[in-house]
Amino acid sequence: MREGRMKIAIASGKGGTGKTFVSTNLFWVAAQKGIDCVLADCDAEEPNVAEFIAGENEQVDEVYQQVPVIDPERCTFCGLCYEYCSYNAILYLPEKRMIQVLPDLCHDCGACSYACQAGAITEHPKLLGRVTRAAYGAAQHLVEGRAEVGVYTPVPVITHAIREAGDRELVLLDSPPGISCPFIATVDRADYVVLVTEPTPFGLHDLKLSVATVRQLGKPFGVVVNRAGLGDNEIYRWLEQESIPLLLEIPFDREVARIYAEGGLPAAVDDSYREMFSRLLTQIVQQKVL
Amino acid sequence: MRQIVIISGKGGTGKTSLSAALATMGEQLTVADCDVDAANLHLLLQPDDHSRHPFSTGAKVVIDQQLCTQCGACMDACRFDAIRYQEDRYIISETSCDGCRLCMRICPTDAISMIESNGSYWTTGTFRNGWMVHARLEPGEENSGKLVSVVREQSRQLSEQMGAETILIDGPPGTGCPTISAMSGADLALLVTEPSRSGFHDLKRVKQLTDGFGIPSVVVINKYDLNEQVTAVIEAWCRSEHLPLVGRIPFEPAVVEAMLQCRTVVEWAPRSAAAGEIAAIHRQIFQS
Repeated sequence: MREGRMKIAIASGKGGTGKTFVSTNLFWVAAQKGIDCVLADCDAEEPNVAEFIAGENEQVDEVYQQVPVIDPERCTFCGLCYEYCSYNAILYLPEKRMIQVLPDLCHDCGACSYACQAGAITEHPKLLGRVTRAAYGAAQHLVEGRAEVGVYTPVPVITHAIREAGDRELVLLDSPPGISCPFIATVDRADYVVLVTEPTPFGLHDLKLSVATVRQLGKPFGVVVNRAGLGDNEIYRWLEQESIPLLLEIPFDREVARIYAEGGLPAAVDDSYREMFSRLLTQIVQQKVL
Repeated sequence: MRQIVIISGKGGTGKTSLSAALATMGEQLTVADCDVDAANLHLLLQPDDHSRHPFSTGAKVVIDQQLCTQCGACMDACRFDAIRYQEDRYIISETSCDGCRLCMRICPTDAISMIESNGSYWTTGTFRNGWMVHARLEPGEENSGKLVSVVREQSRQLSEQMGAETILIDGPPGTGCPTISAMSGADLALLVTEPSRSGFHDLKRVKQLTDGFGIPSVVVINKYDLNEQVTAVIEAWCRSEHLPLVGRIPFEPAVVEAMLQCRTVVEWAPRSAAAGEIAAIHRQIFQS
């Protein structure tokens, strides 16, 4: 790939359209070509890449946030920290002289520490998740962001994972679903976005929302239609009308669904799929350069 | 009043299709679409949205360059790396800003202010078997968990007004803030999975979440015949966890056909095997 370094986010508004399917097969094809690349699983609430590809020599980083603790001995119950908190993470009952931090709602912004004039607030680390890095082959790496179940946001884990992925010839980011914070945190750091969808009313409806979001971020993007043949043609009409590049259609195939369900990669076992994802990689590189 | 939430961890396992089918069966009820990032339930239930209400997120923070003395205190204080010095001025990145307002408090010249953003909204209406509350999040907005809480609260009020005894909640994917908002205080969680390694992995994580909140859970395996070996593994795990399996829905073209017609499978193909299985799930969950 003479075209230079690039970061590609594989994303969708709706879950379960095949983001991980596309990311893992693309990564496998790139690894076969000997490209210096890394696949980062940024769907930290439900990371699934490891179900399909495993690396070696794992190194784990823990990701923490700071959570305030209020010392009742020093607290003057002025209520300023409560007022400064934008996340309702401080429970304050002045008449009962009670004040308490609700760690699950805290966003680690530091406003309460800034507010406190009495020196009653200290901050302590709370585990948000882990970022694992592993080697795969000669020049490839796998990174996984995995949030602890039930933490309010996976975003710090996602940003840590993307930082860990670093600057390589090719960085693939398997994104979380949706159109809010976790999705933005991933897609905003990419040079190009591949939106994966399916040809159904749900798929089209959510694709429209993802397209609006990606346009707002000003990112170049293209679309992969997964499970083609299963739904109708509305999606193709819409893509044409909006002049959005259709990068690839992946036909619905029960056998492929079976292989993938067991953790197998179709590109690794079937020539036509290897060819398909190899073409997709070339397409993306060309689109990005255009 | 009974609240039943449908979640899955992994997206695309069939939460919305199942929610819609269950919503059109039996007694009138209220449905709450709590997947505000990718709300799809209205496509199948087609409610007449008789009232729409804006939802303010207040996520846009701006610096007035006339008032800014370029002291840099805001940039030093921001823990979200949302403030940058670029082309001789301080600017706030909308996408990195978390809306904590610390910079507004710190700024010595009051040059920073927050602009309310009104692109998001929530809607109430009626559908063919009851009432519905759903929402749309403006693309790129924060606070989807907060909007989910609004949808929950509104569906509770609406149910009280209308005398509905059940609220059916279609939840978002994941295990974070919006999912927690969608399930907190529910009486039962219906965990929808599919026979794949990812589906199973995510089912285990979501079970951890419902356990943490003390919400009793039951499992449905959707598209179970796409891989019967993995289905058997999931079934064995459910037994070992004492997690009741209330249904196994086959993969059938009728399910997709129904969606293309914007109907539920129990309405479009009532004699299909999938519809039969969903009717059995309905009996176990709603009549117990």
